[in-house]
Amino acid sequence: MNIKKEKNLRRAFFFIALSTLSVLAIITLFIFFEGIPLINKVGVFKFLFGMKWAPSQGLYGIFPMIIGTLSVTLGAALIGVPVALCVSIFLTEFAPKQIRMFMRSTIQLLAGIPSVVYGFWGLTFIVPFIRDYLGGPGLSILAGSLILAIMILPTIISISEVSLLALPGLYKQGSLALGATHWQTIWRVLIPAAKSGIMAAIILGIGRAIGETMAVIMVLGNAVALPNSILDPARTLTTNIGIEMGYASGDHQQALFATGIVLLVMIMILNSAAQYIVRKK
Amino acid sequence: MKTNRKMLKKRNMIMRPLKFSLLLMIILSNAACRQKSNLGLILAGSTSVQPFAETLSEAYMVLHSEITIDVQGGGSSAGIMSAQTDTADIGMSSRNLKDDEVGLWSVEIAKDGLAVIVHSKNTVQNLTLSQVRDIYAGVITNWKELGGRDAKIHVITREEGSGTRSAFEGLLMDKTEIDPRSIVQDSNGTVRQLVGDDINAIGYISLGLVNEKVKALKLEGVSATRENVINGTYILSRPYLFVLKSEPVGEVKQFIDFCLSDEGRALLDAEGLITTDKGGAQ
Repeated sequence: MNIKKEKNLRRAFFFIALSTLSVLAIITLFIFFEGIPLINKVGVFKFLFGMKWAPSQGLYGIFPMIIGTLSVTLGAALIGVPVALCVSIFLTEFAPKQIRMFMRSTIQLLAGIPSVVYGFWGLTFIVPFIRDYLGGPGLSILAGSLILAIMILPTIISISEVSLLALPGLYKQGSLALGATHWQTIWRVLIPAAKSGIMAAIILGIGRAIGETMAVIMVLGNAVALPNSILDPARTLTTNIGIEMGYASGDHQQALFATGIVLLVMIMILNSAAQYIVRKK
Repeated sequence: MKTNRKMLKKRNMIMRPLKFSLLLMIILSNAACRQKSNLGLILAGSTSVQPFAETLSEAYMVLHSEITIDVQGGGSSAGIMSAQTDTADIGMSSRNLKDDEVGLWSVEIAKDGLAVIVHSKNTVQNLTLSQVRDIYAGVITNWKELGGRDAKIHVITREEGSGTRSAFEGLLMDKTEIDPRSIVQDSNGTVRQLVGDDINAIGYISLGLVNEKVKALKLEGVSATRENVINGTYILSRPYLFVLKSEPVGEVKQFIDFCLSDEGRALLDAEGLITTDKGGAQ
């Protein structure tokens, strides 16, 4: 009787685990099923490198959005990564215990703020600031990068903190015993030793930035043209789907799913890169 | 026997989740292509008309609690198509019927004007239609060229597929393309918000939504007012239509009669639309 119960229980858990997987499978299949016909119709090259997106004229080129995604994400990484690294080093090496606990929970709170709130805050503070002091319409790559930089902080901080904490205490003790200063120990010993974890943190943070939609729609301006400067508006792959899905039908809708395929592939590559780096260690 | 059971178990382990996902898909697809029910009315079509149709149907359902009205989006073309194919009782359209959309019965429930708006402190008061077209085409890029201050124009438009955008393009752009460098926003509200915040911005929204933060420009010397939309001198206006497969009867007729009644018109007026006495069937 008991054995049967055990078996049933195991089966139930297996079933639940499989249903999660099948949701992933259904979504992926659905996106590909909807998007691939349009990519075939337009042509892979024309779809990926076409300069013009005008669904009403039957033109589906997403190159400006790929550039938009890359530039906003790069900007977010340039601003966010150094800050996040400094914070995680401070937390592991310098902060007294109480401050560490306090800051850790505060940073987790940062991750809990809904993205629409970030977007709204960006629209009412960052965008007017850029418009008034730096010029342009304010809705810009810079505004998007700033918002995303803040949004990826918790991811990068917590993962790189964990990988710094996971280092054997001997590394630090040995380095200090050899006469290195605290700073030399951090810079020459600890960071290189935790390199793979930190890289994975950065990549996952970038993945988060690429996938973010709501906050970016609100501050980026969504223009479908190659930006000339960081003060120009731009559109990312995610915002293209978010902003146009309401009215899209037919080919237009398929083109949005096709945009989703490109996005999915990008994020899959990033995630496997992160896993590869962690495993290699 | 033993191997058989084992195989059966194995099969079960694979089949069950498959059955489950199949079930999920059936439920989802059922929800997606819900057919029209006998219990109530289905309205589908233009997302510009949708909020107003919702207001009307809410009021109607208060009066006639036995009827449920379901208002769905999808766009004008989809709305007209769903009236043709009978998947909706009433199709909503924010444009006139095209020549190939024949054999349908339609009624105009109201008119909506489009206002070209700028910041309330912008000194420009009046633009010609070709000036607006040139601004949106990216030919005129500085307010100086229009008699304003020396500053770059921040052009704000709506997203592809929006009814407001296609009305603007159809009425004014005359097949000229809107500059892809224009800022794109996905609602009347955000366009108004941005224009109200940025002294160098220009945008277009429904006339009924103009507030004190923004200024509606005169076009060719004609102010954007309800009167000028009704008498036809202000050209940026579009009809809101209910489209049916055939002349309405029964519940559908009752609902449309309600929309055209004084009470229905008062509701639409209060929401900023423009109704006229004539309305009526075509």
